[in-house]
Amino acid sequence: MPLDLFTVGDPIADTKAPTDVPIGERWSERKFRGRLVNPANRRKMTIIVVGTGLAGGSAAATLGEAGYKVKSFWYQDSPRRAHSVAAQGGINAAKNYRNDGDSVHRLFYDTVKGGDFRARENNVHRLAEVSVNIIDQAVAQGVPFAREYGGLLDNRSFGGTQVSRTFYARGQTGQQLLYGAYQALERQIAAGTVEQHARTEMLDLIVVDGRARGIVARDLVTGELSTHFADAVVLATGGYGNVFYLSTNAMGSNTTAIWRAHKRGAYFANPCYTQIHPTCIPVKGDYQSKLTLMSESLRNDGRVWVPKERGDTRDPRQIPEAERDYYLERIYPSFGNLVPRDIASRAAKNVCDEGRGVGPGGLGVYLDFAEAIERLGRPAVEAKYGNLFDMYAQITGEDPYSVPMRIYPAVHYTMGGLWVDYDLQSSIPGMFVIGEANFSDHGANRLGASALMQGLADGYFVLPATITDYLADAPFEQIDDSHPAAVEALQGVQEQVQKLLSINGTRTPASFHRELGKLMWDLCGMERTDEGLRKALDRIPEIRQEFWTNVKVSGDWHSFNQTLEMAGRVADFIELAELMCVDALHRRESCGGHFRAESQTPDGEALRDDENFAYVAAWEWTPEGQPPVLHREALEYEYVHLAQRSYK
Amino acid sequence: MVTVTDSTQRRTPKAAKTNSVFKKAVMAISGIILVLYLIAHMIGNLKAFAGAEDFNHYSHWLRTIGNPALPGATALWLIRIVLLVAVVAHIWAAVSLWRQARRARPERYVTKKAVAQSYASRTMRWGGVIILAFVIFHILDLTLGAVNSAGSDGEPYDRLLASFQNPVVTIFYAVAVILVGMHLRHGIWSATQTLGQSNRRRELTVNYTATAIATVLTVGFLLTPFAVLFGLID
Amino acid sequence: MTITDQGPHSAPAGTQEKRGMNLTLRVWRQKGPQVKGKMVTYKVTDISPDMSFLEMLDVLNEQLIEQGDDPVAFDHDCREGICGMCGLMINGQAHGPQQTTTCQLHMRSFKDGDSIDIEPWRASAFPVIKDLAVDRRAFDRIIQAGGYISVPTGTAPEAHSVPVPKKDADNAFDAATCIGCGACVAACPNASSMLFTAAKVTHLGLLPQGQPERNDRVVNMVAQQDREGFGGCTNIGECSAACPKGISMETISRLNHDLLGALRAGARPKS
Repeated sequence: MPLDLFTVGDPIADTKAPTDVPIGERWSERKFRGRLVNPANRRKMTIIVVGTGLAGGSAAATLGEAGYKVKSFWYQDSPRRAHSVAAQGGINAAKNYRNDGDSVHRLFYDTVKGGDFRARENNVHRLAEVSVNIIDQAVAQGVPFAREYGGLLDNRSFGGTQVSRTFYARGQTGQQLLYGAYQALERQIAAGTVEQHARTEMLDLIVVDGRARGIVARDLVTGELSTHFADAVVLATGGYGNVFYLSTNAMGSNTTAIWRAHKRGAYFANPCYTQIHPTCIPVKGDYQSKLTLMSESLRNDGRVWVPKERGDTRDPRQIPEAERDYYLERIYPSFGNLVPRDIASRAAKNVCDEGRGVGPGGLGVYLDFAEAIERLGRPAVEAKYGNLFDMYAQITGEDPYSVPMRIYPAVHYTMGGLWVDYDLQSSIPGMFVIGEANFSDHGANRLGASALMQGLADGYFVLPATITDYLADAPFEQIDDSHPAAVEALQGVQEQVQKLLSINGTRTPASFHRELGKLMWDLCGMERTDEGLRKALDRIPEIRQEFWTNVKVSGDWHSFNQTLEMAGRVADFIELAELMCVDALHRRESCGGHFRAESQTPDGEALRDDENFAYVAAWEWTPEGQPPVLHREALEYEYVHLAQRSYK
Repeated sequence: MVTVTDSTQRRTPKAAKTNSVFKKAVMAISGIILVLYLIAHMIGNLKAFAGAEDFNHYSHWLRTIGNPALPGATALWLIRIVLLVAVVAHIWAAVSLWRQARRARPERYVTKKAVAQSYASRTMRWGGVIILAFVIFHILDLTLGAVNSAGSDGEPYDRLLASFQNPVVTIFYAVAVILVGMHLRHGIWSATQTLGQSNRRRELTVNYTATAIATVLTVGFLLTPFAVLFGLID
Repeated sequence: MTITDQGPHSAPAGTQEKRGMNLTLRVWRQKGPQVKGKMVTYKVTDISPDMSFLEMLDVLNEQLIEQGDDPVAFDHDCREGICGMCGLMINGQAHGPQQTTTCQLHMRSFKDGDSIDIEPWRASAFPVIKDLAVDRRAFDRIIQAGGYISVPTGTAPEAHSVPVPKKDADNAFDAATCIGCGACVAACPNASSMLFTAAKVTHLGLLPQGQPERNDRVVNMVAQQDREGFGGCTNIGECSAACPKGISMETISRLNHDLLGALRAGARPKS
């Protein structure tokens, strides 16, 4: 590895998990050892929570209930619009309602294995423990999960597991869970414990004496820049999948909050771990602004296939059974269509690379429900997947009840994120990171129905319990606008905003975003190579250079200016992309969603290199022109034994 | 601490003094009273087919209900008071909701298409105004005899004939009655909804019932004047 | 835009991309809440029928930015029909001619040469921020008035302790799918928010968990929607016909039923 791409710093480690007790006791032990804040003192403490998705919404509501003064920020008009709303399939919990051998330990095991042994055991075990409380909480809030005729909760199975532990609300589980958290949040806003800042975007973190003490934010309606101070700052701003421009993320999903916190000293862990979701609607044209996911739950009843022959352009209904290749069932007989996402995605890519892809451009595979409709009847299929089928028909103009769906992988989730310890505290004291924005629980690949679980676990149960240990030293010294750190942060943001407006070049921010996204998809996407990543690393600085000299942002900063918002986000994506490529290049192994062509088994599966890479790569930012610093956190597996993942 | 200024603060609306659902309930209940009255009124009208004597006798009976326990036309006046209150309440609710709607959308659409509105529901407000105008004329005409001087309060049969033998009056009457029918078609369904009595299971029944009542009343009210106009009653 | 390589970011190779629609757009332009707005005419060319409506507006905006003009402001986020952020009045219909969200409306619903009028939601409770973007926080305040079940984190009983009949759970779910886009208000001749409020009242009122607060919830939510300056419901049904999630008028009947019952039971709105 050439040293000019990065330098190696001191190793880091999580010091908060009490490893002196067995793993099943660590979470309660941590809660016991952590210091508490008495209710009367909570009123004197302010906590900023940025983002109102499952993690941020549930955290803000819970902290408000606990009696802290909470300030909640979101960039949409309402907290109900956070992109968690779009999660379709479901949420895992180790309830064992099916009596099929599920347990906390099995959920823990499946998640560590599903993450290809790149997640921290302690965090994952806690996640599995807390999962059951989430379901209780959601049901009590009125989340209308699917039920059976006896009135009890229904479950379904999801990729990467052999038990049915996924709770769902038709294909809109994320929406319903988010509304539960949203309603709890609105209740606290009404109660006066949470102060709301709608359409407000965090643009910098204010760090005072090494502690995170506030943020600089821009009111997206008036354009006004303002500073906000607190005793602790919680980032719950989601993932950075939009670095690929086309992804299943919302148009506004961005990396700005975590990236700017990274530039203030928070380590960014495993940025190259991105999840490519296997079941998305294929791209239609270059005007495309986003990709739409079809829930993985469809793979429960839909069968994935391509024609056996290359270039077979017959109507799929005319292709006889014998000439179809149900490749997932063929290659992975025991998991079949329910293999984890990374495996399903790469298998789709492989058959398309072989020239057996279907649809325009040969970039698609069939997801066929003919057999399910015959077995279950159309009404049953409609009841389970109706809204997904409607969505597919709306977007493609085809009827999936009669013609097989066409699907293709798309960027969906980012397992990487800001580094946090067991308490979910970043490397900047006082800044906590929860949900998709942190790196902690999914390793190199996230299993289906685990994102909702993690977001809500962090927000409802983990953060509110761990943050008290930090706040036990608060309230900290009062600061205001005049503090040099606040002045410096505010000025920095002002300068950047003015710079963006003053360039007045010839290209729109969106055109840069598209160019960057295409580059990342081609060279840092489903399959990565040394050569490709180096090419990307040559190209990205050029894009950045051109961006800062040739971008065109119309309008002014002191009004509602969506082009300006986008320009700031694209600027951060460009910088992040570079770090992602460095991380991907340095990790010369394949694991989960990170597939290096140089590291594969003879039959094309991801080949890990545990000897050299069983660690979390936590990157420290350095000013432009200097290589980032790598801090390694060694991963040790006490309870799940490192093994080659097999879903055959 | 810099606070975020809120440039999009709504201009504070006048706090609704009475909630809009309450207004609707007033409208529904007063509407139901008026529908019941219309049914009785229609039955009375149809007595014209039985001849002058029966009709006048019916009219006389109306003025002596409850006699001798109640003096004179007490019962009739009680009915009139209830009707007047119902009409005033109905109009108050309508005007108040209409004003609320005006305030709720001060700037109109440049282009607006109606998708679900029936002709009946669209004409509730203007239809209502025309119906009111008609009712005033109707009372002046047939009750007070201010428009035509034939007949008398006690013997309205002649007045009826005098009015409806004039085709202009009959056509005006017919237009108004059809408007009433449409008003009822939406009104009856709407009242069921407002009083929280409709649901998916009952939807068809409610719709059929509303159409049936509206049709029967419309036809029932049209029979008499046209019979007069065409000389079937004289 | 110069993306030519094969890949999910480029047009499918081997097929001629469908393009070629030319449209005339009349778009409401309004610089801010206090400024008067007007319709402005734009032409867009070479629009593909496979584009979503918002992607068509992206094309317009890219053109405007390149010309140094102010792009048209409009709200949008998930672009998959679930966040409820987008919402435009298209040719006089909320979310346009299909019963779906604006982001899921595709240009195949229009013909070459069509003229399309695009306006913001219009209601005094939804003031215009700029052009086609409006402020819908009134909806949040209606939820704040009672659209929740009070259950502090960690206090919930075991999920299976209260069975819920499947029919109730399914009906509650149907009402709970409301995305808060505001199309109901936009389409209503009275600018009433009744369908939005009724959806939440129905969702929570059908579940056993929602019973303790049922009376107060309905009374307070209705009081709040009146305070926000929405119009009253006159049971016309434009809301339900425009609702991208198909929330039914039955929810309004249910709200009315609950409200009248609650008032009889003595529940009064908090002032």
